[in-house]
Amino acid sequence: MKQLLLAAMLTLFGFQALAIDKAPAFEDPVQQARYERLARELRCLQCRSETIADSNAQLAADLRRQLRELMAAGKSDQEIMQYMTDRYGDYVLYKPPVTPRTWLLWAAPVLLVIGGGLVAAIVISRKSKLPDTDPADPGLGAS
Amino acid sequence: MLKYLLPIGLFAVLVGFLYFGLGRDKETLPSPLIGKAAPVFELTRLDDPAKTFSNSELAGKAYVLNVWGSWCVGCRQEHGALLEIARRGEVPIVGLNYNDEREAALNWLEQLGNPYVVSAFDGDGRVGIDWGVYGAPETFLVGANGKVIKKHVAPITVEIWEQEFVPLLSQAKAGSP
Repeated sequence: MKQLLLAAMLTLFGFQALAIDKAPAFEDPVQQARYERLARELRCLQCRSETIADSNAQLAADLRRQLRELMAAGKSDQEIMQYMTDRYGDYVLYKPPVTPRTWLLWAAPVLLVIGGGLVAAIVISRKSKLPDTDPADPGLGAS
Repeated sequence: MLKYLLPIGLFAVLVGFLYFGLGRDKETLPSPLIGKAAPVFELTRLDDPAKTFSNSELAGKAYVLNVWGSWCVGCRQEHGALLEIARRGEVPIVGLNYNDEREAALNWLEQLGNPYVVSAFDGDGRVGIDWGVYGAPETFLVGANGKVIKKHVAPITVEIWEQEFVPLLSQAKAGSP
């Protein structure tokens, strides 16, 4: 039973230990939390769809080391992100910033909702204008 | 009429997006370094850990910086092309030996030939980060004014060199931006 429990725990919580460094980067839990948060905001450019917190690639390890050193040197979040984008461009940010090239990406969900809403409104208003007594349309009451 | 035009129009827009999406080169990331001053580094020389090399020694000269490692398959692939480009002698090629072991790298040069005027040893990849390196091999062209003119990611070939680099050489040597 104990073994089963251990196996379940390892399966459930083991992923948290994956890929990231062998030891915590900072003794201070606040700094460690900040480190982990920033690592999740930076992309590993070798593997593209992973953050440097998730990736085992050499480049991700190098960037984590760089992140630790920048934090230890007392750089602000903004300075660290600037350091990374100066070298790797906006693509290094896991969450793309709003720029002329990306506005469509950010606006797409809103545009789709508005577009869908318009189509729905047109269809509903047209249907509601149909006479209720239309024999071809059994209406909502019929099933 | 609108009933048919609208879906067809939307479909056309979608096809357009997908078509350009497919055609785009998603492997090569644009380098923010283009047009900016090349990051200055000072590292030990690959062939002699007691000596250092800095790219500031090349100030006023155009050069190519090639990022390589003995672990890198693409570097082996491009090595013949680099030897040929070095043989032509249009511009010196500086090697940045990236995330490598010194001994393995020296063996590699001995076996395959050495196209580099000098190789700087970046064993822990710090200089690579300054240059925005994300996957060797990468090849940079730096002008006489110290600015990065071009970056090529993936193995270089003699054809790519002739088509994309050689036309930039006179500008690189003149040092105009």
